[in-house]
Amino acid sequence: MVRLESVGLRYGRADSPGAGHNQALHDQVLHDVSFYIPGGGFRWLLGPSGAGKTSLLRLLMLAVRPSSGRLEVLGTAIERCKRRDLPPLRRRIGTIFQDFRLLPHLSAFDNVALPVRLAGRPEGQVRADVEEMLRFVGLTRRSDARPAELSGGEQQRVAIARAVIARPKLLLADEPTGNLDDVQATRLMQLLIELNRLGTTVVVATHNQALVQRYPGRALVLADGRLVQDGTDVAFAACDGTQWRGA
Amino acid sequence: MRPSLRPAKADDLGLRRALSDRLLPLLVTAMTILAALTLAGAIAAAGLARHWRGGAATMVTVQVPDPSDAAPGGTTRAVAVARLLEMLQGRGGLGVSGARLLTEPEVGALLKPWLGVDAAALSLKLPAVFEVRMKYSSAAFAAGAAGAALAAGAAGLDAALARVAPGTLVERNGVWLSRLTGLAASLQACAAVALAMVAFIAAAVVALATRAGLAARRDAIEIVHGLGAPDRAIAGPFSARISGLAFGGSLLGLILVVPLLIGLAQVSAPFQADAAGFHSPEALLAALPVFLWVSLAALPLAAGLIGWSTAQLTVRGWLRRLP
Repeated sequence: MVRLESVGLRYGRADSPGAGHNQALHDQVLHDVSFYIPGGGFRWLLGPSGAGKTSLLRLLMLAVRPSSGRLEVLGTAIERCKRRDLPPLRRRIGTIFQDFRLLPHLSAFDNVALPVRLAGRPEGQVRADVEEMLRFVGLTRRSDARPAELSGGEQQRVAIARAVIARPKLLLADEPTGNLDDVQATRLMQLLIELNRLGTTVVVATHNQALVQRYPGRALVLADGRLVQDGTDVAFAACDGTQWRGA
Repeated sequence: MRPSLRPAKADDLGLRRALSDRLLPLLVTAMTILAALTLAGAIAAAGLARHWRGGAATMVTVQVPDPSDAAPGGTTRAVAVARLLEMLQGRGGLGVSGARLLTEPEVGALLKPWLGVDAAALSLKLPAVFEVRMKYSSAAFAAGAAGAALAAGAAGLDAALARVAPGTLVERNGVWLSRLTGLAASLQACAAVALAMVAFIAAAVVALATRAGLAARRDAIEIVHGLGAPDRAIAGPFSARISGLAFGGSLLGLILVVPLLIGLAQVSAPFQADAAGFHSPEALLAALPVFLWVSLAALPLAAGLIGWSTAQLTVRGWLRRLP
């Protein structure tokens, strides 16, 4: 379950992703965002580049805390949560990053194993789970390869395997099909839908119109850091080809 | 089971490359050598002070001018003083535990540095000189009361000597006992300050190395933090790596410094004990204080502990910037 009530997010220089010296010290990236996703819900997260999709996902994955408003993730009020209570919560959240965020010095196997090792599973079970996951994403033969030795699509699949191996209660995906071919993209969507069917709350940020049309569902639409639509009837505006607009 | 990464040897955070096994251990090696030399100096100063306090400081020199002149009782002044000292030694009076009359050649040798020639050649009338050893209880000595006990004993001796041979001079070696004790204490204080500085610099070096490692592995740390790793799970591998490097560097320093210490001990042996007793390195090693060996053995452990705790504090402090 995810609930946001009038959430605002303001980045300082230190915690702004990719912040440079020329960037303004305080950038308000989200304004007064409110929505609710029940446990086991599915949401597309849509909007043009710079609309705040990644920032919203960072909030949901507990990489930042809201500057204002109330944020509740998996039943925990984040703004009141002590810092030491966040790691267990993070272990219930899976994230597929746009830039994969794999550890470059670890093999595909060890990257996928990280969440289950952090969950404290015995090493024997870790091996079985990771091998099964790698088999599912078609990387059994590449389990010893490091990220630099993998193609973009293969890295994406490792990132997907890592995100879902611990059976998260909340799964966040940022452009998860960006580096996948149609077959792999379809397999990923089927996996997300299956996890959702089993009770995982899923939020998928994407620019891929075809994907959204193929798997219609409720969508959150952001523009300029504001939530402009929370519904099922979403249209892609023509404009300059980058803007989204709620219908 | 507590959430953690694999043991440090699995290197989930890639610290083997981020925390080089070259510079940090070498710096710790150098600091261990400094610490070992400082410790040895402090222990040697304490040993010297103890040795001198137990030896020369208990001696009183009695000079009897005109030793052949008549003294009350129909004997010479020298004989009167000798009888008095013999009597006191026999009864343990006034703290006298022994007395010996120096021979004329011995007195001449004592005066030679001042006269430039043998006193006999100048036909000088030499005083009779007695070396008197004062006694005191070991408990008084341990309590630091030896100086006071010696002073009291010597004052009584003054009066007794003045009765049998007026004009007899008593030179109390115990006067510089307090100065020597003060010197040893100040040397030990300096050593303590130096050790504290070495520990502080070691901690600073470790903190810098750790921060460099954090900067090099920032992405990896943020990823595992985002996956739900608690601070302990991230600080642990840093501490394990840093403390291992510090322990290894310190061990190397210890191996290098022991021959140096043996050489220094050989040089200072005449001040510590009978040099003839240190005819072999084994004898010299055996003569070095046990406390020195224990302290030296503790240095790698201390270096490892400083490395571990500093890395923990640095990493946990750095992690607090993450939510």
